[in-house]
Amino acid sequence: MAVLSTNAAPVAPRGQTALALVALAVALTLLHYAGLLPAWLTRVPEALVPPFAPWLDAAFTFIRTDLGLEKLTRWIAEGPLQFALDTTANLLYGKRRWPNLGPIPWSAIAGSAAVLGYALGGWRLALLAGGTFVWTALIGQWKIAMETMSVLVVAAPLAFVIGLGLGIAAWANDRVDRAIKPILSILQTLPFFTYLLPAVIFFKVGPTAGAVATIVYAVPPMILMTTLGLKKVSPAVIEAGQMSGCTRWQMLRHVYIPAARTEILVGVNQVIMLCLAMVVLTAFIGMPGLGAKLLAMMGSFKIGRSFEIGITIVLLAVTLDRLSKAWVVRVPEHHPRGTPWWRRNKYLLIGLGVFVGFTLLGQAVDWFSEIGRRQSWSRGKEIDAAIKAFLALGPVQSVTDQIRYVFNVWILIPFRDFLLSIPTPAFILLFAAAALALADQRVAIWAAVFFGIVALTGWWDRAVITLYSVISAVILASLIGLPIAVWASFTDRRANRILLACDTAQTFPSFVYLIPAIMLFGITATSVVMSILIFAMVPLVRYTVEGLRDVPPEMIEAAEMSGATRMQKLWKVQLPMALPTMAIGFNQAIMFAFFMVIIAAFIGTQDLGQELQRTLAGADLGKNLVLGICVSLMALSFNMVLTTWADRKKAALGL
Amino acid sequence: MMSQAPVIACKNVWKLFGKDPEGYYARMPEGHGYDQIRADGYIAGVKDVSISVGRGEMLVIMGLSGSGKSTLVRCFSRLHDITGGTIEVEGQDIMSLSEKDLITLRRNKMGMVFQSFGLLPHRTVLDNVAFPLEMRGQDRHTRRDRAMEVIRLVGLEGREDYFPRELSGGQQQRVGIARSLAIEPDIWFLDEPFSALDPLIRREMQDEFLRLQAMLGKTIVFITHDFDEALRLADRIAIMKDGAVEQCDTPDQIVLNPATEYVRKFTEDIDKSRVVHASVLARADAHGEGAPVPARATIHDLAATLVSDQRDMIPVADGDRPLGALSRQEALRVLVGA
Ligand SMILES: Nc1ncnc2c1ncn2[C@@H]1O[C@H](COP(=O)(O)OP(=O)(O)O)[C@@H](O)[C@H]1O
Ligand SMILES: [Mg+2]
Repeated sequence: MAVLSTNAAPVAPRGQTALALVALAVALTLLHYAGLLPAWLTRVPEALVPPFAPWLDAAFTFIRTDLGLEKLTRWIAEGPLQFALDTTANLLYGKRRWPNLGPIPWSAIAGSAAVLGYALGGWRLALLAGGTFVWTALIGQWKIAMETMSVLVVAAPLAFVIGLGLGIAAWANDRVDRAIKPILSILQTLPFFTYLLPAVIFFKVGPTAGAVATIVYAVPPMILMTTLGLKKVSPAVIEAGQMSGCTRWQMLRHVYIPAARTEILVGVNQVIMLCLAMVVLTAFIGMPGLGAKLLAMMGSFKIGRSFEIGITIVLLAVTLDRLSKAWVVRVPEHHPRGTPWWRRNKYLLIGLGVFVGFTLLGQAVDWFSEIGRRQSWSRGKEIDAAIKAFLALGPVQSVTDQIRYVFNVWILIPFRDFLLSIPTPAFILLFAAAALALADQRVAIWAAVFFGIVALTGWWDRAVITLYSVISAVILASLIGLPIAVWASFTDRRANRILLACDTAQTFPSFVYLIPAIMLFGITATSVVMSILIFAMVPLVRYTVEGLRDVPPEMIEAAEMSGATRMQKLWKVQLPMALPTMAIGFNQAIMFAFFMVIIAAFIGTQDLGQELQRTLAGADLGKNLVLGICVSLMALSFNMVLTTWADRKKAALGL
Repeated sequence: MMSQAPVIACKNVWKLFGKDPEGYYARMPEGHGYDQIRADGYIAGVKDVSISVGRGEMLVIMGLSGSGKSTLVRCFSRLHDITGGTIEVEGQDIMSLSEKDLITLRRNKMGMVFQSFGLLPHRTVLDNVAFPLEMRGQDRHTRRDRAMEVIRLVGLEGREDYFPRELSGGQQQRVGIARSLAIEPDIWFLDEPFSALDPLIRREMQDEFLRLQAMLGKTIVFITHDFDEALRLADRIAIMKDGAVEQCDTPDQIVLNPATEYVRKFTEDIDKSRVVHASVLARADAHGEGAPVPARATIHDLAATLVSDQRDMIPVADGDRPLGALSRQEALRVLVGA
């Protein structure tokens, strides 16, 4: 570090303070090991823990009943929201509700999706979109997939509208912007389970709560993309609008929003992807659909079926992602004057034709409207048997067992026990010291405060276990991911392939990352770390490759002309230049890890996630929130340190 | 040319950028210079400018980048609210206009062309040009007809269904020009309309512009940092530095009698003989013998005559009307650039 820092002078006092903090922490820890540290300095004593949960409960009860918010939310849940969900449920899988038309034959949906794919991106996209739905039908998962989709098609548009509205408000009004920003950063680090319980309590159990939690989770990126897009509209376009005599409303409607189209559509893409990921996760509050089925199958270790459902989810995700991205880059087509309307709207007409055609065909031939369990091509049992046989093979089993053993006994458990053995104040001091060394004093103080709050909640041990999973997974992910990224960055071809793979992997809903981990390592602590590891590795690899590839070519040429070898180029030029970008990837990896560690509680952990998941069964809102906030505060601390560090490095490098 | 009341009249206009421009302007000491203002954390985009533009006149504003040209013009159209002074457009104080009146003024009287075009990327050429009409609430057919008219005028016929991204820079700027003309503005602002274009196209666009101006006869404020362009177009030139107008006069006077050292430096490299007209050098009280030279000829045009002619005083006439005579010596000095 000292070698790299260009401004050594101001770093020194910060470094010294940090060292002093570390020394203090080490001293405390050693005292504790020697048995000399009083108990109240090791952990916050039970008696001093403030009753946060009851307080929050009281606050919530106040908002719910005294302020009457519950009446409003219940009305929404039982009125418009329920109505919308029932309607889509009827159309997509034939729930007996208004308009009583459904279910739409699978072939009609698959056909229309293919036409849409073709209109947006040609044959490949048509094949992907049509193929996904055909696969879903053939494999016998049509109904559960449509259960998931019925919530998605309600949640995503609502999240879009709300996000767009709030984004415009934040852009137009500084005060709104300032009020929204901190809320957004907390919302984005709160574990998803913390959304679920309030949603259930305010919006009653079932699809409505799932839809609400999903919407709340998907709104923040839409807000951010909207404000970003609106702020980026070029001054000349704005002035041209003003000089054309636009009123405020006309400016927004005809100038700003169309000019920010790209960012807004990227927001739409993110909304769709997040909604899909979250709808799947609502399985944890008992929502039927792909997620619930996957949860059930994994719970009973039916790997084959889990695998098939995983493929369906992944295919749906990739299809939705590619379709919406194709829409982002689509440019309006210009028709010469006098083109007849049917030609201008040919895709719409073909799509309608295909839809109607298959619907009629479905009336005549049952197979085109519904594929029964008997006819489905599911090979769950066979895959199960195959996978189990493969895993039972001598060499395979010995390898996985070996990994599991080494991991558990040599790495994970000792590391966890070590972290747990550090007294709370020493732990906080260490983190603050790291924050001080990497970021600045302000961040260090905030981080200390945040961790102090976590300590005061009385959930310290579980918080440390959460942290241990996150840290070990991210370290392991770096050990595996960084070499891959560096290797990939050597040639364009490799880099593009790896980036494409990362892009695709990032569209997978988080839940499916559990499947390979459980497949290989069963229901063990190793699986937990493995699933986090795979999930967190994606952004790490991606940003590293991007950082290394984005080094200005002049610099590399200059290094080459100075006679640098490939390794020298990498170490002396590319890596230092890529460091800020890599830090962003590292930060994202940690955020992803915090997200995943809570979901991995499903496998069985002893951390905050486990407790959180338990609260979902009851109505323990206060405890649920306290736990969620603990996770959020820890994630925020990491986030602050890493982003500040990356910003400083970027400024120092003049980027 | 300036027979009637000016179309735009501004008096002691200030535009400050900074945290609290109004407050600072109120307590700013008299005679504070650009650098002192800057030291106080403010930028004088426009500094105490008094200037007027007559009906049908083409005023060209010149100056280095950052001298406040764009800011001044944006004050004229109230894209910026001024900090001090008054601006009257057609006798109306534009700072006192309500939002509604301002919109009406822009919808009916003003057109503006931007250096970076400012076209709406999601609209076709036709829809871009019809945009101001659409904002006025004109119905689809009328506005399309009018838009087609101006598209024809700028020579983009056949491209009306293209999107901006499908056009070259010069074509995009034609769209910008057409859009600004669609509402038949009385006052036309052009902020470095041709600087983003490459030299050949720029020349072509200037010719095009002169043709349009000859046809339409609008009041024009034109910004450029290219002196040749200014000379080709201007009735008067205003030269700006650090937000202030150093001199505002006809091209001949600017090169012959620079008001400040800065203007002199600025015009140093100009071939004066191509700018100065015989009429300017002609003294009404002087007499010359023989055939007169035309008043509208530049000294450069007359170079051959001046060198070979033996007369000391050469008569100048505008058609049949005698204007007096010019001194050959003086004209020769202009010719050799002394
Ligand atoms: N919106 C603004 N905020 C702050 N400073 C500005 C703004 N617009 C222009 N300026 C400053 O005012 C000065 C004049 O700018 P401008 O009128 O754009 O110059 P020109 O058009 O002559 O190149 C410059 O120093 C510029 O930085
Ligand atoms: Mg300018």
